[in-house]
Amino acid sequence: MKNLPPDLFGETPSLLRELGKMGREKAPRTLLPGALRTLDLGDFYFGWNSPLGPVFVAYNKKGISAVMLARSGGAFERSFRRRFSRPVYPEVGLLQKGWRDEGQWASPGAKKKIPFDLGSLSPFEQAVLRKTLEIPSGEVRPYGWIAREIGRPKAVRAVGTVLAKNPIPILIPCHRVIRSNGQIGNYALGGKEKKIEILAAEGVDVAGLKEMADSKTRYYGSDATRIFCFPTCRHARRISAPHKVFFSSEREALEAGYRPCKICRPLIAARTMAS
Amino acid sequence: MEKAQRARKDWDLSLALSGNVDGNFEKLIRTFQDRLYSFSLRLTNNRADAEEIVQEGFVRAFRALKAYPPQRVEGIDLNPWLYRIVLNVFRTRVRKAQSRLFSFGDSSLTSGKAEEAAAGPNPEEVAEGGEIRKQLEQAVASLPERYRVPLVLRYVENIAYSEIKDILKQPEGTVKSNVHRGVQLLRENFSMMNRRKNHEESAS
Repeated sequence: MKNLPPDLFGETPSLLRELGKMGREKAPRTLLPGALRTLDLGDFYFGWNSPLGPVFVAYNKKGISAVMLARSGGAFERSFRRRFSRPVYPEVGLLQKGWRDEGQWASPGAKKKIPFDLGSLSPFEQAVLRKTLEIPSGEVRPYGWIAREIGRPKAVRAVGTVLAKNPIPILIPCHRVIRSNGQIGNYALGGKEKKIEILAAEGVDVAGLKEMADSKTRYYGSDATRIFCFPTCRHARRISAPHKVFFSSEREALEAGYRPCKICRPLIAARTMAS
Repeated sequence: MEKAQRARKDWDLSLALSGNVDGNFEKLIRTFQDRLYSFSLRLTNNRADAEEIVQEGFVRAFRALKAYPPQRVEGIDLNPWLYRIVLNVFRTRVRKAQSRLFSFGDSSLTSGKAEEAAAGPNPEEVAEGGEIRKQLEQAVASLPERYRVPLVLRYVENIAYSEIKDILKQPEGTVKSNVHRGVQLLRENFSMMNRRKNHEESAS
């Protein structure tokens, strides 16, 4: 050990300089997330074993704020910050908890009740995403249906853009929105194959959709009830083969004396398509 | 110059807070956490305690900001206000610790573990040239609180007397003479510690 001169601080200025250096302490990295956590502020994340494989889920006190694919927690934190211009922190003890299954963070079958934080989005974007949430599992709707249902029938393209940027894919089921002509369309979270995969897992007859697209069938009707539906509507699926009739447009169905289903409301989308 | 800029930024932040506490509080933490932590560290001389105190300080600040009307939030001079909150959290803890039956020195707060951590320099923590620093930290920690707090605010935190008097709610003259006395005591303590150390070393 070095020998210290006994009067090292005999001169006050050097003593004060040494004191000043103590002011350069950096707060521990745990301080900020800890305080935010106590105050119920800020976003935190965990890993989820989703139907499409491991994804990261971020949430804050308003609800779930993002679902993203990422190579690592660090990569997720960077993309989140880039997208939302605010940081996200790992949950305390994230590593110990590991990847979670849905049952470990959401009560089963309660997807509609999961609160979402859509606060950073425009009213139009929020309307599109809230409407998307209404599409039941196992069914699909065209982009034009969303546009019409939210009172913006001409904004079909804009609906597509909003869904392509859906901050909370899987949980807000943008994969259940397909092209008006019955084609599956694109999917930001892993491409068309992933979209087909998740729809099939939900019980959608994807091959059947393609067949209909090729034969230009847009609606199913029942000659017993004289009602027509989107092909994946739960009421359309109940129509037995001998009573099933096919329509390629809403006009064709109306002219045949059929009325639109009140559950899947195909008329609205049909009008959109005509415009 | 730099100081004026900082004051301006603090004012912008209190303005932003008056409009939206939730949305701007993280920025407040980012802005002030380093200063408040180094202050708290000199009050406690223990890292875990220092972090806890600052964290509790931020929680108190948040609740206060939520409770105040916007005009009042806008008028807060954040820097002295936050230092004062941290100081109050520290004092409350010391009082609580003292009211328990154990005897505590002025410099350590909570458990025996904390005292241990404060006393013995951890060999891994002592970097090259860290010996002097460690001793000086000890010397600061051993000062009575009435000298230590103003001295730390003035020379560790580099705050002007005109602001310290607001943090401590004392007349400026009192602050100055306590700082002066603190420096004197510190020099005495420090050279005494050094002499003892050198004596031990030459004896061994």
